[in-house]
Amino acid sequence: MATYQLNVNGQRKEVTVDPSTPLLWVLREDLKMTGTKYGCGVSACGACTVHVAGVATRSCVVPISLIGERPVVTIEAIGEDPIGRAVQNAWVEKDVVQCGYCQSGQIMSAVALLKHTPKPTDTNIEESMGGNLCRCATYVRIREAIKSAAEQSK
Amino acid sequence: MPRIRATNFLISLLVLALGAWMIVSSTLGQARRSAATRAQGLAGWEQVYQVLTHPRCINCHTATSYPQQGDDRHRHISNVIRGPEGKGVPGLNCASCHQETNADSTGVPGGHNWHLAPLSMKWQDLNDRPLSSAAVCRAVTDRSKNHNLDGPGLLKHHEEEALVLWAWNPGRRPDGTMRTLPPLTHQEFVAATRRWVEAGTPCPTGR
Repeated sequence: MATYQLNVNGQRKEVTVDPSTPLLWVLREDLKMTGTKYGCGVSACGACTVHVAGVATRSCVVPISLIGERPVVTIEAIGEDPIGRAVQNAWVEKDVVQCGYCQSGQIMSAVALLKHTPKPTDTNIEESMGGNLCRCATYVRIREAIKSAAEQSK
Repeated sequence: MPRIRATNFLISLLVLALGAWMIVSSTLGQARRSAATRAQGLAGWEQVYQVLTHPRCINCHTATSYPQQGDDRHRHISNVIRGPEGKGVPGLNCASCHQETNADSTGVPGGHNWHLAPLSMKWQDLNDRPLSSAAVCRAVTDRSKNHNLDGPGLLKHHEEEALVLWAWNPGRRPDGTMRTLPPLTHQEFVAATRRWVEAGTPCPTGR
């Protein structure tokens, strides 16, 4: 076991866990932040996506020992960011969600895309969102919502 | 007097003949040594080629828009694509999973500046088949394609580059087993590269 000082959503958090514990389980089990979801556990579905130093990161495969000082942002705080807020509004406006399980990861990836590519093409969206699976197949609405968020964020 | 002139002439002739023989024999010797060095260099290159086309190396030297993974060199999971700088795209970067070091507890390999090699350094064709030894050698030694590396630069790259070194410390797979290593040790790989570089980086002929 080791103790880590984390910066999660702008707050200092201290956890004492096994160094090999994935960030996902530190968020969910130790910090009780359950907005980030467990999907596949092998970075194949994107449900666990959070931002680490601004990079969309699959929290299920990154051990806590490799996070260091880098700030972590989760779905719980993404609405505090203007682009994050625009994406959440667009998700509601387009009624994207069906079962909803994958959607926190979808939103985190969408925000990462829009921060780098404010006006994404269909190809940009397909490439950046290609690692986020939705078993309800809400992909068409996700694309519409990302375009809508891009318009709102102008 | 005529006898002395004739003797002098004969001596001069002998000296000239001896000089010519020394020059010819020295040139032949140099040619033999040069041929031997080239042969040694080519043998060194063939060892280098065996490493470069091992999955630990060639999986990120693709000709396609995606990396590969595993010893069977299958397409990378999660629809990962190359992106403009070989580091994926926003939302799905290499760094979305690959950190500065291997993550053995989750089976994700990592190293500094994890990225795909540029297309100029592709060592496969579009069907993911490794290029020939001659073709890879030509690409590796083409300074317009290899970041302007000369022979010593290539040797230094093989000795020190973080992602080259990673191939000999590739960590564990998600099932906990160790990833396979290239067919030479890193020390042997560097020694083979050195022999090849010292021979002037000769390349095999052919396509």
